[in-house]
Amino acid sequence: MTALGRRRPLRAGPAHAAPKAGSPFTGTGALLRLNLRLDRVRILLWTVAVGLGVYGSVYSLDQAFTTEEAIQARGALLTNPATIMMTGPAFAADDYTFGAMVANELSLYVFLTAAIMAILLAVRHTRAEEESGRLEMIRALPVGRFAPAAAAVATVALACFLVGAATTLGLVSVGHEDLGLDSSLALGAGTALTGMVFAALATVAAQLTEHARSATGMAMAGVAVAYLLRGVGDVIENTGSWLSWFSPFAWAQQTRLFVDLRWWPLAVSLAVIVVLFALAIALSHWRDLGAGLRPARRGPATAAGGLHSTAGLAGRLQRSSALAWGVGVFFFAIAMGSLANSLDGMLEENPALAEWIAVDGTDLTAEFAAVILSFVMIAPLILGVSGILALQGEESTGRSELLLVSGRTRSGYLAGWSVTVIIQVAVLTLLGGVGVGVGVWAGTGDAHWVGEMAVAAAAYLPALLVAASLALALFGFLPRWTLLAWLFVVWIALALFLGDLLQLPDWALDLSPFTHTPALPGQDAEAAPLLAMTAIAVALTAMGFWGYRRRDLQSR
Amino acid sequence: MTSQPATPAITVEAKGLVKTFGSTRALDGFDLDVPAGQVTGFLGPNGAGKSTAIRILLGLLRADSGTARVLGQDAWSDQVAIHRRLAYVPGDASLWPNLTGGEAIDVLARLGGQEHRREGKRANSVRREELLERFELDPTKKARTYSKGNRQKVALVAALASDAELFVFDEPTSGLDPLMEAVFQAEVRSLRDEGKTVLLSSHILAEVEKLCDTVTIIRAGKAVESGTLDELRHLTRSTVNATLDAGPPATAGRSEMHGLDGLEGIHDLAIDQGRVRFDVDHHHLTRVLGVLADAGVQNLTIAPPSLEDLFLRHYGDGGEDRDRQPEQGQREGSR
Repeated sequence: MTALGRRRPLRAGPAHAAPKAGSPFTGTGALLRLNLRLDRVRILLWTVAVGLGVYGSVYSLDQAFTTEEAIQARGALLTNPATIMMTGPAFAADDYTFGAMVANELSLYVFLTAAIMAILLAVRHTRAEEESGRLEMIRALPVGRFAPAAAAVATVALACFLVGAATTLGLVSVGHEDLGLDSSLALGAGTALTGMVFAALATVAAQLTEHARSATGMAMAGVAVAYLLRGVGDVIENTGSWLSWFSPFAWAQQTRLFVDLRWWPLAVSLAVIVVLFALAIALSHWRDLGAGLRPARRGPATAAGGLHSTAGLAGRLQRSSALAWGVGVFFFAIAMGSLANSLDGMLEENPALAEWIAVDGTDLTAEFAAVILSFVMIAPLILGVSGILALQGEESTGRSELLLVSGRTRSGYLAGWSVTVIIQVAVLTLLGGVGVGVGVWAGTGDAHWVGEMAVAAAAYLPALLVAASLALALFGFLPRWTLLAWLFVVWIALALFLGDLLQLPDWALDLSPFTHTPALPGQDAEAAPLLAMTAIAVALTAMGFWGYRRRDLQSR
Repeated sequence: MTSQPATPAITVEAKGLVKTFGSTRALDGFDLDVPAGQVTGFLGPNGAGKSTAIRILLGLLRADSGTARVLGQDAWSDQVAIHRRLAYVPGDASLWPNLTGGEAIDVLARLGGQEHRREGKRANSVRREELLERFELDPTKKARTYSKGNRQKVALVAALASDAELFVFDEPTSGLDPLMEAVFQAEVRSLRDEGKTVLLSSHILAEVEKLCDTVTIIRAGKAVESGTLDELRHLTRSTVNATLDAGPPATAGRSEMHGLDGLEGIHDLAIDQGRVRFDVDHHHLTRVLGVLADAGVQNLTIAPPSLEDLFLRHYGDGGEDRDRQPEQGQREGSR
């Protein structure tokens, strides 16, 4: 080693003499303004959507439940564990009110929405900025070490506050006498705080992994676990058991909105927010910029044989997300399915219940299993659409281009990718069916449910293919409009979860392919709608291929 | 600016920097001096530790051991104060896809604290326009539609429009075409004329050779050479091409060689009908020229060693792959 010409360094004066030393938070304000500039449309959309959604739901509930009897009947539904699972704890079940009903029907979904928004925003302004390298550029400016994180938290907090305020506004503006201002405020506050709990969770996840997608995935898994804990906990004891209290959703719901309002459970949310943010800060001290606490693993130096085909490549790229979905769906399905056994006993105790659950009472377990299955089928629905639309990311980053110029035909590329996605969807569908079957088996001790639910799940395949092929058709024909495919998914979920409640018109329900899928095993299987949906899927797929072969590739 | 700490003669001073990522030792006792008012080149192959070193100097990474002082202040604990006085351009600038290039420049300038210097503001916007024109950048396009070169221009314009004292460029011309490289080089020269300090990391030797007063070469996390270009040239050889008189006045037996063969300090001698070509160690140059003069020179060129030669001497030994390490923070272009 040689080191020529090194000059003796001249010591400068004491460094701390700098007049503007700068705190670790210098520049937070400017960064916050930047974040708000970047997110102004995004945050506004979330706020308006939540506000209108709350207003619309409450308004239609008001229109639908006009008599005291109807409201009491709705209250009786709360003895059904599936209802508890899907809504919330049953406060005032014997003397049900409109307010209690609004809290039941709405709170969980508003909290879920806020949680998802908060996670997306939190990761977007923390790990995603870091992963893209923008944070490095920002941090090379006179910006304190904690300023970007502080600005991110402030951004999410503002978004949560706005969504909470929109919720309160939506409730109050209906003007129903049962919806007092105090509980409306509490529901709004619960929305904002639940969002912040998951934002804090997301920032912790952002410290653990190098990739924004993994951080989002981890935090979303947290949402799923919280959802399940609250549900199972409340089924154990319908006003909330010890298990419920492990879920952030329970903290906001245990305020007993519109029944017997108490504010202190929200203090739990507040405390957990502080603890999680402190944890994230502590973790950030342990890692380098750009790195995660969990170091990136090394992989093989050469590609295995399967990677040389488009299908193999697509399978590899989507593998981890498909695996995560598979594990999550399977256990969720088992947990939900196992609730089915308690139904028969409940019906004996309370025969009037049969009128209000849309079943004939002869095979309650089968009907219930079918309902659970339809909920579980949302997972392969999302996997199919996101799997197809992942092609768009491949295209805009130029990776499709690389493959296509290496001598692959467009049709071959698209076919390989789609086949992989379809296989993943099919496997996940069957896994969900088997999961529900195993759950019901565990509850009833009757093993034949496993096979029966697997067949019932298979009946969803045509409907799932319609959604995936719509994504494919849009991708091939109108790549700028692929968002429509996601709207379709949202529509299917909305029709499924809230269709009856919101009294959506028939034509609106008919838009959802799930409406046309026989709810096996309770109903009779009809082949005609399944064949029709398959035909539609084939037509849409053909359109997608045709469009993709003719259009310009879009890359930057 | 008068109240800033006195600018030392050495603007950037790193001593014995060590940084490990897991089992990888990215920096292994790295030293670097950047003299004030000069352009210092920072050369090394991919994975040698260039970016890691720069990130430590910027306070983005914390060194495991060693000291890093920038503008007379500690790179880690005084980073905000330091950043007020420096401008940085990364090798692969990533912008906000839904902001225009012009917006991104302004965001970076505002965060850089430029807007607070009132008087500077107008001057900076004039400078900004001038730079946009010179780099032929359309500031009204969204960043997501920019090519890599155009994103790089955004970062360059934002940095060059600032009135920083120290400019840190990490492979700044990647993605730029040769014309734009020339614009960049002209800008760096005028920075030096204004007395600014520049640290330029690169693996483009011609660029460093054209611009830099001093050079530090890093390999496997260590500085293996450092000094002024002239000093480094002492380490290597010049290439001499000469056409000599045909007449052989010297002793018969050695006429063909013109007395060059076997002379100390001469390598790779090739003679073809009076045209001579060889490499010569610098400290033997005087004597060799004397021999050439005696032989009767018609035409003579002496080419100084290129940094290519310097590089080949250090990395041309076939050991480069063995020592390569994955560069920390290296990002795949996957978005």
